[in-house]
Order: sequence, then C-alpha cells, then structure tokens
Amino acid sequence: MAVCVAVIAKENYPLYIRSVPMENELKFHYMVHTSLDVVDEKVSAMGKALVDQRELYLGLLYPTEDYKVYGYVTNSKVKFVMVVDSSNTALRDNEIRSMFRKLHNSYTDVMCNPFYNPGDRIQSRAFDSMVTSMMIQVC
Amino acid sequence: MADEALFLLLHNEMVSGVYKSAEHGEVENGRCITKLENMGFRVGQGLIERFTKDTARFKDELDIMKFICKDFWTTVFKKQIDNLRTNHQGIYVLQDNKFRLLTQMSAGKQYLEHASKYLAFTCGLIRGGLSNLGIKSIVTAEVSSMPACKFQVMIQKL
Repeated sequence: MAVCVAVIAKENYPLYIRSVPMENELKFHYMVHTSLDVVDEKVSAMGKALVDQRELYLGLLYPTEDYKVYGYVTNSKVKFVMVVDSSNTALRDNEIRSMFRKLHNSYTDVMCNPFYNPGDRIQSRAFDSMVTSMMIQVC
Repeated sequence: MADEALFLLLHNEMVSGVYKSAEHGEVENGRCITKLENMGFRVGQGLIERFTKDTARFKDELDIMKFICKDFWTTVFKKQIDNLRTNHQGIYVLQDNKFRLLTQMSAGKQYLEHASKYLAFTCGLIRGGLSNLGIKSIVTAEVSSMPACKFQVMIQKL
C-alpha cells in the first residue's frame, strides 16, 4: 500500500522514517523532505481561510510521476507523511485518511509510553509492526 | 467513579513520596516542587496528545486555552475552570473555585502553607500540555482561601 511512511517532529527533524524498497531509500527521504514545505504552506493557508476547514488530514500534498505524497499534521504539530505508489488507483482518499488515523493512534500510544522520551527517535516494536502492516497490504 | 479516587490517592502518595525521599536541604530549595512539576510536565505532554487526537485544529492561542479550561480540566478534574481571564498579551489566569486536589484538606488557614506542593503537579500538567501544542509558558499557582486557587499562565513569546 504505502511505500514510505515518515513521522516528522515539531522542529522538522525525522522521528521515524521507513520505506519499502530498501535500495532507493534516499530518494524517499528526499521526497519526504521536500514535502515539508507543502505541509507548511497548507497549514498556514488553513489558518487564514475563512471556511472552517480544520481537519488534521491535509490530503494530497503533491503527485510525482510514480508516486503520490499525502500529509497529516496533529494538533501537536507532528507531521505524518505517506508516499503511495500512484499506479495503485484503487486507493481512495478515505482509505488514506483511515491509514493516517491508525498511524496517529499508534503514535499516541508511543507518546503515552512512560519509557519514551518525547523528541527521541521512535523505536517501538508495536509502532513498527503497525507500519509494516500498512506497507505490506498490497506489495 | 473509581478512577477519580485512584487519581486523588495516587497524587497524594506521589507528593508524600517525593517529600519523604527528599535529601537534606531539598525541601527548602524547592527541588521537590521541581520534581513534581517535571512529573506533571511529562504526563501533560502525553495526555494532550491523546485528548487532541479527535479534535479539529486549533485556531489560535485562546482556542487552546479554552480547550485546556473545558475539555482537559473536565477529563482530569471532573469540572471546568470557573473563570478564565486574559490581558490578550500572553497572560492567562485560570481560576478554579473548588480545586479537586485541595478539597480533601481543611478549608481553614491551617494547611495553607502546604498547598503549594499539591499544586506543583498540576502546574506541570498545564505547562506540558501547552508545550506539546507548541506554546512555551511559565505556570504558577496561588491559593488565598482553601479549595479555591488560581493558575497564572505566562506565555513565552519567541
């Protein structure tokens, strides 16, 4: 389903990043990094908008030739970025949204773990396996 | 509900635990208060992450403070803040006329000097919550007559 999942801290450094074809890891890191500008843009535009569009899910950030990049920002300004293969047309907006919700739920569990220091890299096994389940579904 | 009593008992034990394990001079120089405050900070960070999971994005600072006064306070202390005042320049005063953690104590002047240690955790709770939402602040508490207390939140502008 997803080919790359990333969690970015408030201060814009990665807390967690994983991509599925290992050989192209750097390409995905680059893609996630560039998407952060779009996230910022969307969030600040949302504050100004008259319409009360205040959902946490940001929708499609930008499409590239082979991939689509989706974004989500929590109330604590932590960003989730997901890169999806664009050949997978069956994937609808609602499914992406529910995947982000699952990711957010897991992240909350990590945050509430007393052994986790906020701001550290996420090394939780439960979080890891949840991400894996999101990645494997189609591949 | 049972969880309410548990929270009160745990909090009482936490305060006395910290004060009992205090080493020489730590009570006087405020180390114990800091310890409790830091515990509250971490708990606040976690709690706010969970509570804001299903809410819409906040519009501004005031929106966040309202959330703290209403939803956050109701979940933790089973009542809302009674009065929220602000000077619109980064200072907020949250007044609770019957603060949960002080209601178990005699309402007279007898324990007034001990009140501060029962407020430190909550100060940290507010500070941790705000910090996770991206607002740096200093939170202080004051008590003038027993179950009522005021929390003053000073927002640190960047």
